[in-house]
Amino acid sequence: MVNVRWAHNTVTTNGVADEVSLSVLSIVGHRVGVVTRTRFPADRLELIVRESEAACAHRPAAPDYMPLLEDEGVPADWDAPAATAEVDAFDAFAPKVERLLKQARAGGVRTFGYAEACASTVWLATSSGLRRRHADAIGRVSVTAKTPDLARSSWAGQSTGDFSDVDPAHLLDRLEQRLAWGARYTALQAGHYEVILEPSCTADLAVAAQAFMVRRDADEGRSPFSAPHGGTCIGERLFGRISIASDPEEPGIATAPFQVCGTSDEAVSVFDNGMPVLRTEWVHEGTLRSLVTPRYWAHKTGQGVPVPGAGNLIVAGDGPTLERMIADTGRALLVTSLWYIRTVDPQTALVTGLTRDGVFLVEDGQVRGAVNNFRWNMSPVTAFAQAIEIGRSQLALPRVHDDFPRAKAPPLRIERFHMSSVSEAS
Amino acid sequence: MTHTVIDPAFLSLPFEPIAEAVLDRVRRSGATYADFRFERLRRQTIVARDHELQTSDHEESVGFSVRVVCDGAWGFSAGVDLTPAGAAHVAMRAVDVARRLAPLTTEPVVLADEPAYVDTFISAYEIDPFSVPDEEKIAFLLGLNERVLLSGLVDHATSDVQLVSEQKFFASLAGSRIIQQRVRVRGDLTAVRIDKSTGAFETMGIAVPPAGRGWEYFASRDEFLRRANEMPALLEEKLASPSVEPGRYDLVIDPTNLWLTIHESIGHPTELDRVLGYEANYAGTSFATLDKLRTLQFGSPLMNVTGDRQVAHGLATVGYDDEGVAAQTWDIVRDGVLVGYQLDRQMARKLGFGRSNGCAFADAPEHVPLQRMPNVSLLPSPHDVTLDDLIGSVDDGLYIVGDKSWSIDMQRYNFQFTGQRFFRIRRGRLAGQVKDVAYQSRTTDFWNALAMVGGASTYVLGGAFNCGKGQPGQIAPVTHGCPAALFRQISVLNTAQEGH
Repeated sequence: MVNVRWAHNTVTTNGVADEVSLSVLSIVGHRVGVVTRTRFPADRLELIVRESEAACAHRPAAPDYMPLLEDEGVPADWDAPAATAEVDAFDAFAPKVERLLKQARAGGVRTFGYAEACASTVWLATSSGLRRRHADAIGRVSVTAKTPDLARSSWAGQSTGDFSDVDPAHLLDRLEQRLAWGARYTALQAGHYEVILEPSCTADLAVAAQAFMVRRDADEGRSPFSAPHGGTCIGERLFGRISIASDPEEPGIATAPFQVCGTSDEAVSVFDNGMPVLRTEWVHEGTLRSLVTPRYWAHKTGQGVPVPGAGNLIVAGDGPTLERMIADTGRALLVTSLWYIRTVDPQTALVTGLTRDGVFLVEDGQVRGAVNNFRWNMSPVTAFAQAIEIGRSQLALPRVHDDFPRAKAPPLRIERFHMSSVSEAS
Repeated sequence: MTHTVIDPAFLSLPFEPIAEAVLDRVRRSGATYADFRFERLRRQTIVARDHELQTSDHEESVGFSVRVVCDGAWGFSAGVDLTPAGAAHVAMRAVDVARRLAPLTTEPVVLADEPAYVDTFISAYEIDPFSVPDEEKIAFLLGLNERVLLSGLVDHATSDVQLVSEQKFFASLAGSRIIQQRVRVRGDLTAVRIDKSTGAFETMGIAVPPAGRGWEYFASRDEFLRRANEMPALLEEKLASPSVEPGRYDLVIDPTNLWLTIHESIGHPTELDRVLGYEANYAGTSFATLDKLRTLQFGSPLMNVTGDRQVAHGLATVGYDDEGVAAQTWDIVRDGVLVGYQLDRQMARKLGFGRSNGCAFADAPEHVPLQRMPNVSLLPSPHDVTLDDLIGSVDDGLYIVGDKSWSIDMQRYNFQFTGQRFFRIRRGRLAGQVKDVAYQSRTTDFWNALAMVGGASTYVLGGAFNCGKGQPGQIAPVTHGCPAALFRQISVLNTAQEGH
């Protein structure tokens, strides 16, 4: 990984880091032992394997035991070297950051930001003959711009493959437009508001909703997707008109087409390593279609088919652009990014969070100015069910779930978004 | 018996020759400052779900990093190749990074002075958790689950332990050579009760804090077993309890809940890097700006808060921070007034604080040290104020136990917290549980509503393993000691109503 971070238009921290790890999973009978090491020279490999075998001893059988997946053949790129992000990766984005900083200084705007380029390769091999390799490269850039008195703030972020699609001037123009909107300020009270969520916000809510989509939890009656008298809510229309899918081949946000994990939990199983990940419809036109289901749970319950988790999320939308939605607005709040989302009640999927770095009052098709930030309490399921307009889906960087950079989402118009109290943060 | 020996497996690693090679290389390259950090980090997570072992893994990472100042700019590089050639590559890469980014740096990096040290530090623990057989750990967790499941009042139980052992070697151009070994553990148990007739369910956590201790924390088991024994009946009562009426209440907050409020509303806003805007794009900034130092009435005069990296069994306790600064203890809030911040060497110099108070930390060898939170603790009353005294001082209120959901805004004004258990207080006595409670406030309003502080008998070291900050993201372990305390007229929400 190569990264650079800045504040007040000057670089603060930065770095280049190499990371490697080897996870060895040994299966003895139905017991499994896992060891992960970052130091594994050839003369230690035998020792690491023996450690993983020893870890199987004196423990109960793994509840998720399933026969390993089998396959034949070796990927053509199996012997290719690992993808790396070396110091030269700075060449791709340092000049762009420099231009952004110069433009910001010239414009009297203070910027605070971060850019990184990551390259990674995973190899998966099993004693049953399965071989998989996936190389990945992803970058991201995010910038917060503030007026010199720090009273007004705006944020923008995007994921990228190689930074060729990052336009610093465009990014800063967008931020400056929002700072300019904030020259007029209106204080608003807490309450229910019609809101327009920018795509980053929609993506954050989709990630929050997807975190509840675990079949085992639903079957056990401990999930918002548990049916009241047993079973799950699959097949129920809970999300209004929203559609949420995952697809490892989605352009711009492609991800590994097979499952790989080092430990098991209620959503993943080490015994499913190598399982193909295909396009999955989680929610289709408002109806819950799928919940994450490891093979063992599908087998144990005899219901459904295995559904591996997702490396990306796509909230569908072929409606109007954000600008068109603003122009079509009578009165609403434009929310540009969310922050600090946490689960409050798993029964109802109620989460709390805040607006951050830019909430604007839109009236009669015009942005009238900035308003204060809010704390909100809202289930993402309820929010999606109240979507009365779905805009055009696009690449979106979730701000809260920054470990989930691969998303596409549209702007959404939500009829009644519950702003629980005022936040004076600016 | 407290450990007094550094793990020989760490001492056998070639950190000293690598350090000397790296530092010599960067010195000859013109670095005006350089430090070298070599780490071995072992982690184990074991999870038991109901009657089964869900997962158990062992992870060991070994790596090193170099941080330099060249041409007035930082350069950081980390690697895993423990050969002389690998070390030289990482060293020169750090210099290369600094020189490439120097044109983007408008404020040359200068650090506050700190003596050089040659020393060894070992945290206070008795039993290395990695010396304990896995079967003992697994039996402990399955035993906890069985204990609550056998009650017949719990439908599901999940327990887990996280065990960490950390060794660091720090060397600097200035001559420091420091070896440190720290151990920390956390354990948890969550029970779920489902009303089959309605589908309603409730959860409850055990509310035992993590600690800078070894396996002895679990080996005695008394605290875990006592709390596990209490949980089923408490959970059944919670599921059947009335939903809270929203409004303003006097709150007696147990230290098992209050530590997290301290963390979010005192710990983070007094991080000087936030105050200066370094986290504006990610973790956020702070309302406790420099102009408010020594003038802001952060809380009532009963409020005294210290920062430290020295308390025994603290999760942020060290001998030296990751810039080679010796551990210290200092005031952050005195008699309710903001009087201190958390510093690293660059900020201490820039703002004229003189010396850093030692708050630099990196969570892994591949990460750059940032200003991270020390142990931040609310001091108990010097008087013998008991929990009964606090509850007895409330006519109509709530007693809140255990942490659960937390959220706070980007400048640390507006927060909302829930908990594990909420007991009504009527006329000075506990009067059964209520549910669906969240308390919401503005930081300085909340702390100025502090009306009574419990004494030493109510004091507990709480904390977390996973305080998040920075880009790329890092986590940090941190302790917050606090007594139980009484806050007057705090806004309480009904979360069920909020959801509709």
